[in-house]
Amino acid sequence: MPIRTEPMTVNIGPQHPSTHGVFRLRVTFDGEEILEVEPIFGYLHRGTEKLAEERNYTQIVTLTDRLDYVSSMINNQAYCLAVEKLLGVEVPQRAKYLRTLTAELQRVASHLMGIGFFLQDLGTLGTPLMYAFRSRERILDLFEMLCGARITLSYSRPGGVFFDAPDDFWPALDQFLKDFETEYREIEQLILENEIVMIRTRGVSILPLDVAINSSVSGPVLRASGLAWDWRKMDPYDAYDRMEFDVPTATGGDNYDRFWVRIQEIHQSIRIVKQCIEQIEPGVTRADVPLVLRPPVGAEAYGRVEASKGELGFYLVSDGGISPYRMKIRSPSLLNLTVTEHLLVGWKLADMIVTLGSLDINLGEVDR
Amino acid sequence: MAVQQLSGEELTEKVGAAVSDAVEGPCDGVLWIKSPKIAEVASFLKSDEGLDFNFLNSISAVDYINHFEIVYHLTSLNKMHTAIVKTRLNGREELSLPSVYHLWRGADFQEREIWDLMGIRFDGHPNLKRIMLWEGFEGHPLRKDYL
Repeated sequence: MPIRTEPMTVNIGPQHPSTHGVFRLRVTFDGEEILEVEPIFGYLHRGTEKLAEERNYTQIVTLTDRLDYVSSMINNQAYCLAVEKLLGVEVPQRAKYLRTLTAELQRVASHLMGIGFFLQDLGTLGTPLMYAFRSRERILDLFEMLCGARITLSYSRPGGVFFDAPDDFWPALDQFLKDFETEYREIEQLILENEIVMIRTRGVSILPLDVAINSSVSGPVLRASGLAWDWRKMDPYDAYDRMEFDVPTATGGDNYDRFWVRIQEIHQSIRIVKQCIEQIEPGVTRADVPLVLRPPVGAEAYGRVEASKGELGFYLVSDGGISPYRMKIRSPSLLNLTVTEHLLVGWKLADMIVTLGSLDINLGEVDR
Repeated sequence: MAVQQLSGEELTEKVGAAVSDAVEGPCDGVLWIKSPKIAEVASFLKSDEGLDFNFLNSISAVDYINHFEIVYHLTSLNKMHTAIVKTRLNGREELSLPSVYHLWRGADFQEREIWDLMGIRFDGHPNLKRIMLWEGFEGHPLRKDYL
């Protein structure tokens, strides 16, 4: 007698340890195989864009911390670049270098988390994650020296940075870079070309380049599909035009490549940090801008950066008042989720969790 | 080899020649399009060899009380240039314009978000439902008259 089977619809999340936040996937399975998938989000929607209309330009910096809360430094930078474009303010050189340096440290911290949680999703029971957190903690300590906060930093301000780095920051940074070399080699030895990681991730959930471009995918996910598109190179902001670095790309577009691109990017970020230390010169760290900013009536600007997850953009419209008339956030995590269906259909439940980890989304940024 | 932004004048000329009755003047540095023609123009911008806008950066909606503005930020990853395309919708009720979902899949979540928060419908979007807020929520909170 044949066994009667039927597809089953299951909710993964919103409270699930491997969805990286409050995120729900409604999945229809045929046994273990995924037939349909729909991402559902908005559980963390705080209305950041609406809140911004009620605050002045300087206050909004604190709202941007809470978007992608593992890379606040880059969010602050993106927002400040948009405001500076709106006002036409020139940022002092030292502030540009400090922003570039902190943004790259933040990228290292964010990618370490991305890698750690990706391996956690593969079932590594925490060892690589703790290795990653060990180095990330050191970076957060450095940020604490800079601005007193560890996560919600608000270090960049319109016109420059909040404060110059204290004297003991530089030796601490040197020490970190020295230690990180060994620490990172340990992580790489543990995971790169690890047979189990390779078997589980090679050739799984392939994202072809044309699909990636058509779906507005950006950041490491796009570069893993084979296109060396990085806004730090393509439209250099702050001090990136004076930095030498490569854009790592892979051609497979599978889970392993997305993971591999992040690992390589950490090397490039460290390269940029070292160049910043060499090139930075004494000077003022904030342009002479008032606390309450009033951009011209009708001015608008789109400021963007290459954040750790992809292209982060702020579209600001001014009506001459002290707060923006409209602030739109182009969130890389949200748009990278467009390809979930393409990546997951046809694969198994166990791969689904890994694929989601390889996209490295952050729900604070998806929901805003 | 930095990315260049194409001027509105240049784009207006090219689009004006290719798509009839689509351009709305006057041009103030960006390309202004009549809202019913947006999908047609987008299709031209994407398929034209010289323009080749294959990447949709973002779609934003701005509420100006009397009218709404929809702003498209586009990039060509091959030709290394960007452009801003705008369209205007008059009034406040029953607003709609053609969807660009079939050209750029990346428009999916952004169009849903604009419907959810601004209350502008996109004709031709296959799954236009609320995205951030829950079904049954009343109103569109990013509108200026919501609060």
